[in-house]
Amino acid sequence: MGLLDRFKQRLSKTRDAISDGISGLFRGGRTIDQQLLDELEELLYTSDLGSIASDLTAELARLHKRGELKGEEDVRVAMRSKLLEILGDCSQPEPEFAKKPTVILVVGVNGSGKTTSIAKLAHRFQQQGKSVILGAGDTFRAAAADQLQIWAERNGAAIVRQHSDNADPAAVAFDTCAAAEARGMDVAIIDTAGRLHTQSNLMQELEKVRRVIGKKIEGAPHETWLVIDGTNGQNAIRQAKEFTRSVDVTGLIVAKLDGTARGGAIFGIHRELGLPVRYIGTGETMELLERFDPEAFVDAIVTRAVGSA
Amino acid sequence: MFETLTERLGSSFSFFKSKKELTEANIDEGLAAVRQALLEADVHFKLARDFTDRVKTRALGEGRLKGVEASDQFVHAVHAELVELMGPEDATLEVAKSGPTIILMAGLQGAGKTTTCAKLAKHLRDRHGKRPMMVAADVKRPAAVEQLRVLGRSLDIPVFHLEGAAPPRVCEAGVAEAAANGCDVVILDTAGRLHVDELLMDEVAEIAATTKPHNQVLVVDAMTGQDAVQSAKAFHERLALTGVILTKMDGDARGGAAVSLKEVTGAPILFLGSGEKVDDLDPFAAERMAGRILGMGDVVGLVETAQQNIDEDEAQASYEKMVMGSFTLEDMLGMFRMVRKMGPMKKVLGMMPGMGQAAKDLDIDDGQLNRLEALFTSMTRRERLEPEVLDMSRRRRVARGAGQEIGAVNELLKRFKDMRRMMKQLNKMGLGSMLGGKAKRESLANLSPSGAMADPSAGKGGGLLGGLGGLLGGGGGGGMPDMAEMMGAANPMAGPRPMGSSATRATSANRDRKKDKAKAKQKRKNRKKR
Repeated sequence: MGLLDRFKQRLSKTRDAISDGISGLFRGGRTIDQQLLDELEELLYTSDLGSIASDLTAELARLHKRGELKGEEDVRVAMRSKLLEILGDCSQPEPEFAKKPTVILVVGVNGSGKTTSIAKLAHRFQQQGKSVILGAGDTFRAAAADQLQIWAERNGAAIVRQHSDNADPAAVAFDTCAAAEARGMDVAIIDTAGRLHTQSNLMQELEKVRRVIGKKIEGAPHETWLVIDGTNGQNAIRQAKEFTRSVDVTGLIVAKLDGTARGGAIFGIHRELGLPVRYIGTGETMELLERFDPEAFVDAIVTRAVGSA
Repeated sequence: MFETLTERLGSSFSFFKSKKELTEANIDEGLAAVRQALLEADVHFKLARDFTDRVKTRALGEGRLKGVEASDQFVHAVHAELVELMGPEDATLEVAKSGPTIILMAGLQGAGKTTTCAKLAKHLRDRHGKRPMMVAADVKRPAAVEQLRVLGRSLDIPVFHLEGAAPPRVCEAGVAEAAANGCDVVILDTAGRLHVDELLMDEVAEIAATTKPHNQVLVVDAMTGQDAVQSAKAFHERLALTGVILTKMDGDARGGAAVSLKEVTGAPILFLGSGEKVDDLDPFAAERMAGRILGMGDVVGLVETAQQNIDEDEAQASYEKMVMGSFTLEDMLGMFRMVRKMGPMKKVLGMMPGMGQAAKDLDIDDGQLNRLEALFTSMTRRERLEPEVLDMSRRRRVARGAGQEIGAVNELLKRFKDMRRMMKQLNKMGLGSMLGGKAKRESLANLSPSGAMADPSAGKGGGLLGGLGGLLGGGGGGGMPDMAEMMGAANPMAGPRPMGSSATRATSANRDRKKDKAKAKQKRKNRKKR
């Protein structure tokens, strides 16, 4: 099974909902009119596309007026190109790990899936033959370090953690960097406590963690990845904005895309901030972290189901 | 909370400001703005459409009301529809007739189930005198059981787990254990699961079948997008939900999920999780939430928070002192600390009418308050009781002690003087009962969120906050409306019970003597220790 197919399968829920919806709109030989476009707009809203849904349908209406939009297939093609245009250079190659150690800081709101995503990242990088060390920087939530440690043991990755309650996350980050250097690790992935982007004191704490890492290893963290809950709606855009302001986010990981959620907020985030999406999480097990492929993502949304294509 | 929605609606309301009458023609423009606002707040699109239709029917159906501005009439229609959508009844948990009350908590991964379990257990114990037990049935996520145990230990609430058993079995045994130990509430913490994961949905259905919970609660992340409706439906099909708890309400945006969930599942929203601490669980009230969405402020919530956290006697004493004109820095510090007890400043201010937006922009960090408190504590007790003795030399010392500029000390003293003057004036006008008394509470019972802004009864918390608002303004907050003035202005209408008789002076003096005695005793004790 090719990557595209796998991607399509993972996103099947999304695709079913929207594509079938589009087919449904045209059922009974309907022609394109304002009514149909309004219904299409609503359909797009359910994918958490937000205001992009309005822009997209406005664009379609314009094309229709010029007579460039005749039937269902034209609508799909136009939507596809427009959505791809928004995503632009949203995809990036795998990190090269030019620096040794390459330090990756992982941030996000509470419950977005940071710790699970880190476990998946560790697994992925190990499969690529890299040595990985994890830093249990979530010193706030009860048993968060235990959770990461269990993942580390399953992965066979090294871990740096503190056993006392409410340890300083910056200290854990520092120790992780020190250990990564001393042990000649390729990659250090540092977890942080979930925090709502509106809590300025916690965002400052994050800035401090970042500063401390930079003091220990120059130029680090080389990557700062924000984990977004794929089921989140328009609030995800605000999260991305605030986190970017504090810690200079370099990429996104979109988790929990295996349900019926559409992850449409990605479009809004990319349009506003130009952040690339590094990976998407599509399941509970360690392997289910995939590189983000905009074409596949958009195709999966716009084209028909694989079976009927 | 809900600022985005409020902002958006705000702009559509300002459109109506210039219109005299609601008509079929001009209402559509406002409705479009409302609909857009709802969609951007992640309200499900079908719901948003139905909602605006209903608002239209209601607003136009009421006909033109004499003496009512078109905008007010529109706001009223939106408010009433919102309440109807989210309420109308303020729901509570079902209590078992015999044996322990069983509460099953379910939801997607990362919704906040485990944290909410702990918050709910603490809430039921502290506010309702229950003896809760928590059952750790999340065997899927690594260390989830340990997380609940740690939370249980810190709250001193028992946590049950059966090592190696399947979740339905763990829950069953947990319920039996609770009954045997005389616990009257059992909270079942289940694993996070996707609503499309048939196996796990079967499992949670089995848990419900074996334990027959009185409450089947869905925990939902308030930031959830359009998918909230899908997942809630799926859970409702398998579980027969009796209620919803919305978590992470202390961030920005949202509102969408709150509006959608009730409509889709028919299950009421029971609580809101709104903070990192285990205390941060608030009962949901539709009236209040609707008022809040519309930017009317959550006055009722503010007053309730104040009542829980402010020592009635202390508040009374400081009130009396203010009224008597013997208000000192010591009292101001006392008030300051009382307000701080209510929680982080941002949360407290966010509850003030019209302050939602200001509080969001203000970025009050509590460190600023710490610095303010440092100024107070760098003074001697005598200086606080007789602020007049604070000459330049003393002020310099205080500034040094607090690690701040002397300007900060001067600013604080200026604020203090303003506040004292205001208090005196209030007294002269024969107005009182700003700070306390049961009468206050009774009058609050009639308080409606829509009328809340004009209702002076909010004075209890307001007096304290008013003073503090002044303080913050001086502390470098900047751009904040002068709350002292705002509250002061609201108060002339207040006061069913003027105070300030000589009897209260005696009481207050008496209380001071007692306090001094206690302090002297403490001093002696401290000396012995050394």
